[in-house]
Parts: sequence; C-alpha cells; structure tokens
Amino acid sequence: MNDTIITNPKIIIKDLSFYYGSYHALKSINLSIPEKKVTAFIGPSGCGKSTLLRTFNRMYELYPKQRAQGEIILDGENILDSKQDLNKLRSLVGMVFQKPTPFPMSIYDNITFGVKLYESLSKRDMADRVEWALRKAALWDEVKDKLKQNGTSLSGGQQQRLCIARAIAVKPEVVLLDEPASALDPISTAHIEELIHELKKDYTIVIVTHNMQQAARVSDYTAYMYLGELIEFGDTDKIFTTPKKTATEDYITGKFG
Amino acid sequence: MISLYTRRRLVNGLNLTLSLFTMVFGLFWLGWILWTLLAHGLHGLVPSLFTQMTPPPGSSGGLLNAIAGSFAMTMVATLIGTPVGILAGTYLAEFGQRGWLAPTTRFINDILLSAPSIVIGLFIYEIYVISMGHFSGWAGSFALALIVIPVVVRTTENMLRLVPNSLREAAAALGSPQWKVVMLVTLRASTTGILTGILLAVARISGETAPLLFTALNNQFWSNNMNQPMANLPVVIFQFAMSPYEDWQNLAWAGALLITIGVLGLNILARVLFRQKAQSH
Repeated sequence: MNDTIITNPKIIIKDLSFYYGSYHALKSINLSIPEKKVTAFIGPSGCGKSTLLRTFNRMYELYPKQRAQGEIILDGENILDSKQDLNKLRSLVGMVFQKPTPFPMSIYDNITFGVKLYESLSKRDMADRVEWALRKAALWDEVKDKLKQNGTSLSGGQQQRLCIARAIAVKPEVVLLDEPASALDPISTAHIEELIHELKKDYTIVIVTHNMQQAARVSDYTAYMYLGELIEFGDTDKIFTTPKKTATEDYITGKFG
Repeated sequence: MISLYTRRRLVNGLNLTLSLFTMVFGLFWLGWILWTLLAHGLHGLVPSLFTQMTPPPGSSGGLLNAIAGSFAMTMVATLIGTPVGILAGTYLAEFGQRGWLAPTTRFINDILLSAPSIVIGLFIYEIYVISMGHFSGWAGSFALALIVIPVVVRTTENMLRLVPNSLREAAAALGSPQWKVVMLVTLRASTTGILTGILLAVARISGETAPLLFTALNNQFWSNNMNQPMANLPVVIFQFAMSPYEDWQNLAWAGALLITIGVLGLNILARVLFRQKAQSH
C-alpha cells in the first residue's frame, strides 16, 4: 500500500484508528508525511480525510465522544500520548479551516493573538512579526493601512489569507489546511495555491481537498482515502497518471465519487 | 376543477388574511392599553412628578422617592444578577459538555425562569426579611436579582451557542488554553447579544410588583438607606391605584406611564443593539 519511500518523514502515523462514539471512522492508517513538502488527502465525502487531518493537532479533543487509537509520531514524540501538552502541540501544528475564521478583533490583534500565547515580544518586535506574517500570506499590501480595522470586515479571500498569516505567525512546523479554498472564488483560490507553493519552503504542509485538480496542482504527495481506509499513497504525479489501484483510478477519472 | 396554481394562491391568500387578523387582534389590545395609559397618565407627566415625594392623600406631590428607589433597587439587582448569570451561562455553553452538572443546572434555571415572581418575593421574605426583622431595599434588590439571574443565564448561553464552533477550533488550533478562547474570542464575539439580554432582564424587573411587596414594601419619604423599607414605582402604583383618592390615582397613572416608557425604551435599545450586531456579521 505504501511503497513510496519517504526519506525524511515529519509525521509518522502508525496503526491509527479513530472513533466518533462507536462509529469507526479511521481504520488502522499507516502513513508518513514528508518534511517541507505538500501532502494532499483526497477522497469522497465522509472518507475520513478531514478526520485524519484533525488528529495531527488533536482538534477532536474539543468533543467528548471522539477518540483516537494508535500512534502519531511528530519529531520522534507520540503526540497521542496523554502526557503530551496539547497547547504546545497546537503551537507547533497550525491549522486553517474551510471557512475563514477571523476573530472579532482588529487585523493586528488577530495576528498577535497566537503569538502572545507563547512569546513575549517587545512592541517593535511584535509589529515586525505581524508584518512578516502578513507578507508571507501575501496580504500585507492590501491591509497595511487598515491594521486597526476589524478582521471580519475583509473579503472572504482576504479573511482566509489572514487566517493563514495568523497560523504561521506563531512559527509552527506543520501547517494543516482543511479545504482552505473551497469557500473562495477562483482568484482567491489561485492566491491561496500560490501561497502554498511559497510556504512549503519552510513548513510541512498537509492539505485536505475535494478538488482533484487542486491536489494535482499544489501537492508533492497524494493520499487517496475511501471509507476510513488509506487506499493509496505516493508521488502526486504517479497517483494522477499511473495509479496502482483501480479504486484510485476510478475516483481520479471520475468513474466514481 | 381549479388548477393547482389557483388553489395555492387561494390557500396563500387565506393564510395571509388569517395571520393579518391575529396580528391586528394582538395589536388592538396593546394599542388600547397604551392609549388608556397615555390618556390618563400624560397630564401627570409634570416637573413636580420628578421633584416631589409621594404625598399624603389630598395634597399634591410627585414620585421622586419611588423613581429613585426603583432605580437603586434595579441597579443593585442588575449588578448582583448579571455577573452570576454571565458566569453560569458561560459555564453551561463552554465548559459543561461532560457530566451531569450542566444539564441539571440548565433544568433548574428553566424552572427559575418560569417561577412566579410572587414566589420569589415570598422566598426572600422568608429567608431575609424575617431574619432581619424588617423590610428593606436590600431585600427588594435580592428578590429582583433572583429574577435577573435566570434571564441572563439563558441569554448568555444562547448567545455563546450562536458563536460557530469553527471560531473555537480556530483559537484552540493556535494553542490557546480554553479559558483564553472563552475570554478573548467567544465572549467577545457575543458581547452585544449578552448586553441585549441584560437590558431585557432590566426591562423585566422594572415592572415587577409582587416580589417587592414582600421585600422592599414602600416608604412614603425619601430614603437612600438600602437597609430601610424603600419606595418603588410598582408598589406605589399598586397602592395608589387601589386608593379612593383621585390625586393618588392620577399619580399611579403617571407612574405606570413612566414604567411603560422606560421598558419600551429599553426594548427598543436592545433591538437596535441586536440589529447592529446582525449587520456587522
């Protein structure tokens, strides 16, 4: 299933199962996520791709009935270990969601919110950090004159880039993108995709997407999932041109799903 | 045989007429009440109403002590009830997902919300007034606070539930501990909604008579001692309206009009606030 050799894995997933109450949503997943590359999860709705993504920062812990079993090794440490500091983990693994989620505060405060949690910077350093993050997210030129404005006043595409800036401002090592462009228009989507190309120089990126062209455009590796199982994983080029499994081929060519 | 389309238009027209009729039916009584209040109370709205104390029968006076007493007790009740209500509502919405405490609290709060206010008055009478040996402004404030709490608990919880989970997830995803998520993000996102709830709670208590009858009672003179019986608009209206003296009855009408204007104002303010919130999203 997993004959692509990942030489420098950032995250290693071993025999991971996930449950929503008694529903078995992920069935013994084994997968390695390469460092400083873009890995895409594709598959039909309900296949478990978002669920898998949300185990990497243990987002499921917010909900009482959800639990994960197995191991997820990030930099040699099992993050599913109950002794793992959840907030520290989340400061290392940033996340951007499907719908833009600006906080009800100024653009500036949106960025500093996460930074203030783990660093105490001088006013000047903080201003530099905000500019750095907004530049990285290709938003600086559009908002530099209105940093005091409410984050919710921006357009959808700008809000999503604000969320990306907010996620990278805390300098995480991994960035999880959960269908980051599915609520956006084509131009904003193109912005976000360019951004992903830029960001992979510094970050390990995992993206969940419904859009197969998008997966083909932005990712280096692709994992195809179906009904809670990992069907195939490999180089994006190979997955999209010469998939090994007929199930993958059927999905990619549109015969199914 | 009438066509499906014509039939739907007829049913639609019939339903519209019926709803219009029920609306008119409801508004008719409200209009009548307001009209009666204005007709009897408007000429009582003179400067002396706000400068003189409640008079003995047969002499002229105003409602200053009652207005001030109502104001003081409403304020103290709001100051006591609001923090308790916001804290409890926040617990219910944000922290009570696991265990039995939150569902139980919510159930009891719902009972308290619909408890007759006279029962609350008797309760405070029993545990506070009797043990202190006299009626007092404090007792009145406590009774009103007990009415404020469930209203604020309910609105706070509802408003926090309107905050999409994605916002909580986004804050948690940055590594924020839960209390900071709640303090800095979700409570902030629902400030106007909670404020609206507080205003509605104030509107609710400013006309309550029964709980004050057993707690603050009344005071014919000016009193700024919360430890003494205290004048307040609802009880003054109650006593003056029942009296045979015409000048007392006129003062009661004026007082009733005052409360109505106040409550109406608070409701309008709450709606304006809420509309602003709706537009900003």
